[in-house]
Amino acid sequence: MSSTTYNQQDNLSNLEASNSRPRTIIGTLLTVLAFTLLGVALLPLGLVIAYVIIKGANRLNLSLFTELPPAAFQEGGGVANAIVGTLILVGIAAIISIPIGVLAAVYLSEFAPKRVARWIRFATNVLSGVPSIIVGIFAYGVIVLRTDSFSAFAGGFALAILMLPIIVRTTDEALQIVPQEVRWASVGVGASNFHTVLKIVLPAALPAIVTGTSLAIARAAGETAPLIFTALFTQFWPNGLFEPIPSLSVLIYNYATVPYDNQRELAWAASLLLVLLILLASVISRWATRKSVY
Amino acid sequence: MPTQEQQNSRSQTSQKEEMILKAEDVTVYYDDFAALRGVYMDIPRNQVTALIGPSGCGKSTLLRCFNRLNDLIDGCRVEGKVIYRDKNLYSDNIDAVEVRRRIGMVFQKPNPFPKSIYENIAYGARINGYKDNMDDLVEKSLRQAAIWDEVKDKLKQNGLSLSGGQQQRLCIARAVALKPDVVLMDEPCSSLDPVSTSKVEDLIHELKEEYTIVIVTHNMQQASRVADMTAFFNAEEGESGNRFGYLVEYDRTEDIFENPQEESTKSYVGGHFG
Ligand SMILES: Nc1ncnc2c1ncn2[C@@H]1O[C@H](COP(=O)(O)OP(=O)(O)O)[C@@H](O)[C@H]1O
Ligand SMILES: [Mg+2]
Repeated sequence: MSSTTYNQQDNLSNLEASNSRPRTIIGTLLTVLAFTLLGVALLPLGLVIAYVIIKGANRLNLSLFTELPPAAFQEGGGVANAIVGTLILVGIAAIISIPIGVLAAVYLSEFAPKRVARWIRFATNVLSGVPSIIVGIFAYGVIVLRTDSFSAFAGGFALAILMLPIIVRTTDEALQIVPQEVRWASVGVGASNFHTVLKIVLPAALPAIVTGTSLAIARAAGETAPLIFTALFTQFWPNGLFEPIPSLSVLIYNYATVPYDNQRELAWAASLLLVLLILLASVISRWATRKSVY
Repeated sequence: MPTQEQQNSRSQTSQKEEMILKAEDVTVYYDDFAALRGVYMDIPRNQVTALIGPSGCGKSTLLRCFNRLNDLIDGCRVEGKVIYRDKNLYSDNIDAVEVRRRIGMVFQKPNPFPKSIYENIAYGARINGYKDNMDDLVEKSLRQAAIWDEVKDKLKQNGLSLSGGQQQRLCIARAVALKPDVVLMDEPCSSLDPVSTSKVEDLIHELKEEYTIVIVTHNMQQASRVADMTAFFNAEEGESGNRFGYLVEYDRTEDIFENPQEESTKSYVGGHFG
């Protein structure tokens, strides 16, 4: 069927679209291939979410959010302490990393000499590539050994280090998108550089900063390795900043492989919560992105 | 160098005209490259002075010297003096921020703040310690910039939501709200359609009653329509192969267009190059 068009001598009829030309066939093949690969790429995401929902949904009830984890052979219970713990840990990390990260990015994009900025950006990229377990060991050495106790603060500190490069980079990029002319306009009406950054540049970049921050929080909330040797875990309610603290991710790590069905089910339910939390952060970041002005 | 014609026009006019800005042997470097060399130029008060010339000859560079905006450009260095009402803007004890409050600027690309139309005006006023009724100032400035009727019902909308021509008039309103002595305009119409352009030109005519205006323009008809004085700049190959800009001729606009003294001015205003 392909030979008919190929043999045609009449130039005008060549203009008509035909499905059997080599060019068209290759185009179609490539499109099909691209779609298949897209499917393959999305498959893990779909499977993970589906699996977590199937496994975790049957324990998604009120007691999950209100009760403490049960001991080995008991029934029921929840992961309330781990939910609170994760929120506290992420909160500590955010309080440390957001101000430092945003200010560092402001310095980078607005005030640093070009050469200095290049080195700091490079260092930030290196930091974001450091495996989280190494960050955990660092926090262990710097805080746990010094204070002689596993603690919420040590865990939050480790998460803050993981969040820092993400926040610096996204904020830096957001600030650079704000056109130079707008800075000039502000300085041109008699504003100081500092005032310009504070009142014009930062507000314009705010949506992108929110996006970056919520992605960083999503990343930190799911981290396990750095928490294992900093925040540790407890079966009980969080008990202050300088005591060990439970978290969803370490709870999953601890309970997923035990031989007790009840605890394994709770681990799945906790996984579902984590996935939902990360989904929420992504939704917030999408929403913030749509608010951006430039 | 100041030519004989300049000296003459200066002495003829000095009785009735006061010079508000003077460039004295201004040379501007970007890193090691002298973009503009040896400019002498006196700008009369309450008149429109146009800077014309091919692109890259340093018109924007000179304009930025008049309010020290060059300070913001890495590697930019200014030599010579810019005298504003007897003070050299480039002497050590001058506060550049104060300078910019008195010498406002409108840029080539409309650049409203990413804030409401109202805030676009109020921002500068607040910085400058304006204490009277802000609503009145906003209305008056927007009226002066001939844009009040178009925006009076949407003052809360973002300035970026306006069309290009409206944005540029908003930027002019923002500049005049500060009641500056001088308004510098860098090709304010280059990104505008003809209707917006003629609105802005009308505006320039009105503004010169109260303000001194220095306007860079690519468009010679525009210079001849709006300007009292016109300066023609050109760029030339230097010894080291760099192109540097310099002032060729500066005179009353009629003289520049009808009776230019320099050959290059004649061919430029005659449309033969540039
Ligand atoms: N920020 C800058 N950094 C380096 N060189 C610049 C900068 N701005 C302008 N120049 C150079 O200075 C010369 C004059 O530029 P400009 O003043 O913008 O000319 P015009 O406004 O007349 O077109 C040009 O050669 C340009 O390349
Ligand atoms: Mg220019």
